[in-house]
Amino acid sequence: MSGGKHTAPGTQVVTGAQAVIKSLEALGVDVVFGYPGGAIMPAYDPLLDAELTHVLVRHEQGAIHMAEGYAHATGEVGVCIVTSGPAATNLVTGLADAHMDSIPVLAITGQVARSAIGSDAFQEADVTGITMPITKHNELVQSPERIAAAIKEAYHVARSGRPGPVLVDIPKDVLNATLVWEWPERVDLPGYRPTVRGHGKMIREALQLIAQAQRPVIYAGGGLVRAGADEELHAFATRLGLPVVTTLMARGVFPDTHELAVGMPGMHGHYAGVKALQQTDLLVTLGARFDDRVTGSLEHFAPHAKVIHVDVDPAEIGKNRAVDVPIVGDVKVVLGQLLKVLDDKADDASFAPDAADWRRHLAEMKRDHPLRFEQPETGVLKPQTAIRAVHETWGDEAVYVSGVGQHQMWSAQHIPYTRGRQWINSGGLGTMGFAVPAAIGAKVGVGRDTPVVAIDGDGCFQMTFQELATAVQHDIPVVFCVVNNGYLGMVRQWQHLFYDDRLSQVALPQDCPDLMKLADAYGIPGFRVQTVDELDATLAKAHEITDQPVLVEFRVDPDEMVFPMVPSGASNDEVLESADEWRARLAASGQ
Amino acid sequence: MDRHTLSVLVENKPGVLTRIAGMFARRNYNIHSLAVGPTDDPRVSRLTLVVGTEAVQLEQIVKQLNKLVHVLKIVELDAGESVQRELQLVKVAADAATRSQIIELADVFRAKIVDVDHDSITIEAAGNPGKLEAMIELLEPYGIREMVRSGTIALARGTKSITDGAKLRMQRVV
Ligand SMILES: Cc1ncc(C[n+]2csc(CCOP(=O)(O)OP(=O)(O)O)c2C)c(N)n1
Repeated sequence: MSGGKHTAPGTQVVTGAQAVIKSLEALGVDVVFGYPGGAIMPAYDPLLDAELTHVLVRHEQGAIHMAEGYAHATGEVGVCIVTSGPAATNLVTGLADAHMDSIPVLAITGQVARSAIGSDAFQEADVTGITMPITKHNELVQSPERIAAAIKEAYHVARSGRPGPVLVDIPKDVLNATLVWEWPERVDLPGYRPTVRGHGKMIREALQLIAQAQRPVIYAGGGLVRAGADEELHAFATRLGLPVVTTLMARGVFPDTHELAVGMPGMHGHYAGVKALQQTDLLVTLGARFDDRVTGSLEHFAPHAKVIHVDVDPAEIGKNRAVDVPIVGDVKVVLGQLLKVLDDKADDASFAPDAADWRRHLAEMKRDHPLRFEQPETGVLKPQTAIRAVHETWGDEAVYVSGVGQHQMWSAQHIPYTRGRQWINSGGLGTMGFAVPAAIGAKVGVGRDTPVVAIDGDGCFQMTFQELATAVQHDIPVVFCVVNNGYLGMVRQWQHLFYDDRLSQVALPQDCPDLMKLADAYGIPGFRVQTVDELDATLAKAHEITDQPVLVEFRVDPDEMVFPMVPSGASNDEVLESADEWRARLAASGQ
Repeated sequence: MDRHTLSVLVENKPGVLTRIAGMFARRNYNIHSLAVGPTDDPRVSRLTLVVGTEAVQLEQIVKQLNKLVHVLKIVELDAGESVQRELQLVKVAADAATRSQIIELADVFRAKIVDVDHDSITIEAAGNPGKLEAMIELLEPYGIREMVRSGTIALARGTKSITDGAKLRMQRVV
């Protein structure tokens, strides 16, 4: 950094803008996603001399989704920086997304000068006001001396406890003012003390409950991924022989290839995953929050189950479902504590439940109720076939990022994930337009050697594909796959099933835009797959390109639907495995 | 639905009240009354919140409040074991014939007459919400012109203080 002028020995006078950059450097941040503008411009000047990489996006929503993708993939805080007013409001969707999925993000926004705040000045918006309900915390920085502490606190709050987005809004005159640089040694937040270790008594009670269970199941949620608890989960589940169901947010944290893996629960979960939660007598809930997309009708959910609930956020415990053994703590630490007790008790009567029959039953369900779809030998390409082929091509090393809709559910169902952070998607908010920028951010995070493959829908893709330019300009070689079914497929599926196939405003012309020309316009290779025959050869060609972004389009059967499905609001007992089953049920009910 | 009184210590930082009120609005919880003021420590303010809710939801409210970074401490004050007060100003229609009756009534409630005019009297009363409601009921027949009530403020009985210990332990976190 060019830095400020030195006054007395040991003191350095810097501008507020320089303090922002120095703070980020002090935190070890190496990349920020951003977009300049009037109020934040002071901070873009010292950026020129900083040890930071800045990725220039094409829309501020892209910046925050990239920061999210980076955070998802690395577990580190993703940082984005944008100007005031419209730029800051463009972050709103991403902040809400990060809030719902507990993604650590630090957003720095410019604000109009202090003297202009409240005057409806040019590009003024009450950003801390707007984002209060969708951030873990936020702050309008009122003085230059406060900058370093505000950023340090924000970073700390974003990543600790239950992670989440934190926003720091800095007025332009504060950025331009000078101050004596000082990096605060510690964070003073007297009201913020996340509980990390679980209560010893509860740990024992949980183990006792598990020992007595006949049909126990681990209900594994995204909190395990956030905590990086893959190993502890694996040790715990295998030690006690507990079957594991992984939610949409937790896919991979327990390998799908493991014999104890039962699949995904919820509205479009695997049949065995859904049923396991319905039939269990003990839910060992780890970093999951009883989301309505998992539980279906809450009153019919897991009717026979006692509940152990481990979560770092005490407010999640008991929020939707009454709990028998609550454990507040970081799920990685708590699993460590549980394992420790098991180790200490090695010679004692085992805590492992007698659940061999149950495991056999689940294995049979898995075998007898696989995902169902039919791929004709010739002709139309099924989306599931395409997605399976993508996995076969880029393999287990790759990170997969999806948009929202049918392609998301097929990607969650049909790819066997083997580690946490291998699967990135927008679960809580269900944000279309997430995949392209999030995949770019993820790729920046994981680096050259790990392929990052976005699997997007044609609708989602058109919401944020302008970020292809960002990938090209910054040489970020993501594989962008578009599952083009010519429809807002998931909405169409609902209109088909629940609105008597009256299709309202869901058609997107399959060849507008022409994605091959679009790839061309961005100067990247484009590949189109229209039939099963072309699939392998074309993907092989795309796979060879590793030094620049690639676009692959699959023209797939628009009629294909996602199953299994639990109709919205229904009991999970009513899980449907095919459209025929749905029609038969309608006919039986006389509709 | 029961009424619960929550006493909340918060850091005296900009936007704290908005955050708290916003949390209630966002989660569809109902605030019955809210009173805020400084404490003996200028860095700390104290809110007294009265909410009408079931116990299950109360637990969730407390947990969600606790998540706010500037919230230092929350205690529920049991109605029986705390002193609860509201301040009320009420302007009652009064003429020569009714004035003395109204003054007598005010006396019974140990309320003060703070303003008198040709055809009205303004009464200031402090007390627990039940007492104030009883007074209003008796004044109603005379014709209430206007009234205003503060939110409830409350302190636990006895020597115990919720600020003990919680008083800005400016604690080292990192
Ligand atoms: C920003 C946003 N707008 C609307 C929706 C509602 N929505 C959910 S899925 C979907 C259709 C997605 O279509 P597409 O991207 O083509 O994927 P497909 O379902 O066809 O795989 C829509 C409109 C949403 N989730 N997000």
